[in-house]
Amino acid sequence: MAVNFSTYMTIPAIEVRDLKKSFGDVEAVRGVSFEVAPGEVFGFLGPNGAGKTTTINMLCTLARPTSGAAFVAGHDSVTERDDVRRNIGLVFQDQTLDGYLTAEQNLKLHAELYGVEPALVPARMEQVLRMVGLWERKDGSVMTFSGGMRRRLEIARGLMHSPRVLFLDEPTIGLDPQTRASIWRYIAELKEREEITIFMTTHYMDEAEFCDRIAIMDNGKIVALDTPEALKAEVGADRVRITTEDDEAAIAAIDERFGLEASMSEGAVTFLVESGEEFVPRLFAELGIAIKSVSVARPTLDDVFMRYTGSTIRDAEEDPGAMRNRRIMQVMAGGRR
Amino acid sequence: MSVVTDVVRVRVPPRTWRSEYRAIKIVWTRELIRFKADRMRIVTSLIQPLLFLFVLGSGLEQLSAASTGGVSLKTFIYPGILCVAVMFTAMFSAASIVWDREFGFLREMMVAPVRRSSIVIGKCLGGATVASFQGVILLALAGFVDVPYDPLLILGVFALQLLLAFSITAFGVMVAVRIKQMQSFMGVMQMIITPMFFIAGVFFPVANLPGWLTVLNRLDPLTYAVDPMRRLVFNHLDITPEARATLDPGVTWFGWRVPTALEVLVVLALGLVMLGIAIWEFNASE
Repeated sequence: MAVNFSTYMTIPAIEVRDLKKSFGDVEAVRGVSFEVAPGEVFGFLGPNGAGKTTTINMLCTLARPTSGAAFVAGHDSVTERDDVRRNIGLVFQDQTLDGYLTAEQNLKLHAELYGVEPALVPARMEQVLRMVGLWERKDGSVMTFSGGMRRRLEIARGLMHSPRVLFLDEPTIGLDPQTRASIWRYIAELKEREEITIFMTTHYMDEAEFCDRIAIMDNGKIVALDTPEALKAEVGADRVRITTEDDEAAIAAIDERFGLEASMSEGAVTFLVESGEEFVPRLFAELGIAIKSVSVARPTLDDVFMRYTGSTIRDAEEDPGAMRNRRIMQVMAGGRR
Repeated sequence: MSVVTDVVRVRVPPRTWRSEYRAIKIVWTRELIRFKADRMRIVTSLIQPLLFLFVLGSGLEQLSAASTGGVSLKTFIYPGILCVAVMFTAMFSAASIVWDREFGFLREMMVAPVRRSSIVIGKCLGGATVASFQGVILLALAGFVDVPYDPLLILGVFALQLLLAFSITAFGVMVAVRIKQMQSFMGVMQMIITPMFFIAGVFFPVANLPGWLTVLNRLDPLTYAVDPMRRLVFNHLDITPEARATLDPGVTWFGWRVPTALEVLVVLALGLVMLGIAIWEFNASE
């Protein structure tokens, strides 16, 4: 076992080369390339419809790339589909459990479909169920489970066959903060105990911080890829948000007097500037427009996102770009089987 | 928080015939578990055949007594009802593919490292099994319609029901792959199944029919299940040869009496063809 794993350690867990996917004349993914090292927690960050799910579907053999190639655990996602499937665990955005079965039956079914060695099934099942805190509920019908319990069970199921790569597509979407925190705890625990690579998508900025590396995706392309720290350092500047008597005039004045590019974001004039605290007194003295409130924040991934895409992640979802995404959805809905 | 310290690491071996067999078996088992959990379904899908048998059968008997040569109308339609009961249940089994898609579970099966054909085969076998179980309940009622409980008869009926249920499930799965919504699926199935069972000769002997109905009857696949079933049951009845000739004339093609074995073969062949189409469709979908 150790020998197998060490050979596996030498090849990238995921390798993607100029991957593209079009639905009709709509390009959902427009040429992405990256590598994920074994053992890494790799985050895919971007607004809804940036192409994250389409990319994940191609990696998981659920969608065929229009061009380019993807290798997962060393196997080609198109020509070695079964080999890829044997080595990956999947947790989808929408739930895929059988509500009529118990938690245990759902896992058993998964183990049988994946051909897990029968002698190891009970022990493995206990382990994954304990990890997500559902061991006591193993005989409960999934129909009676809450949304958070179902998501936890799906994670347990995705781990049932000890995958080398676990794909989590928005694992915490629609969950309460407590459940979200516990899911992150499992992921941290997993990383420590199992030899596993985790590939996840999220559009929660605060969650991206848990990743070893992050790729920011916007409009079907990767616009930045690095560790959260490096990405934040690259922004360098602090984020200043002000509300004023006349926001339009304030944006113009900031550009004119300080040469800084400000924009309206979430109801406040927002701009990035180095050493924000020292800049604020100057702002009050020189802006010439009455300021009602001010806040200064150290760079966050939100700022990173803003820097690379020109909008915050929430704004991006309201954006004309979102129109394009809605079109992709329509094309997909119409074209699917 | 966890008490298990050693990580149990399992590895998924490459695909073999054994893993395909396990996949077929677990999909089949799932159908059984769900059927057992859904007691309402067992009851509801029995109502219609029972209505036909006892209400329609007893009611119309008063009109038909003169022409059936002493054989009760209930006895006459019983073999057909054995087929119909299986048909309804098999159809419901196939419908679960549509549910599975709606509730996302289909995806879990689609991404598993097994052949899609294993999933379809498991599904069809599962449908066939639960439907025949339903058939057994009706088989138990034989005494009420003057049909003896003969082990050979029971075995034969069961085998025929299994075959029919398999073919109908394959047909249902074939349709279900294409249809995304439950309501449309049920609508389409009703549209196909209802005429099929009216035309198949469940309620009437298939000889001396008007020309158009003869043509439709011979084209109806269900005819080739009802006719052998009736012959099988009538073989175990003690009735006059005249009554037998009237009530069980057998299916003819241009005057040639189609042998029972060929009829059974027709049902089997159709079932396999539809299974093949269902698998092909499943493979073609992403």
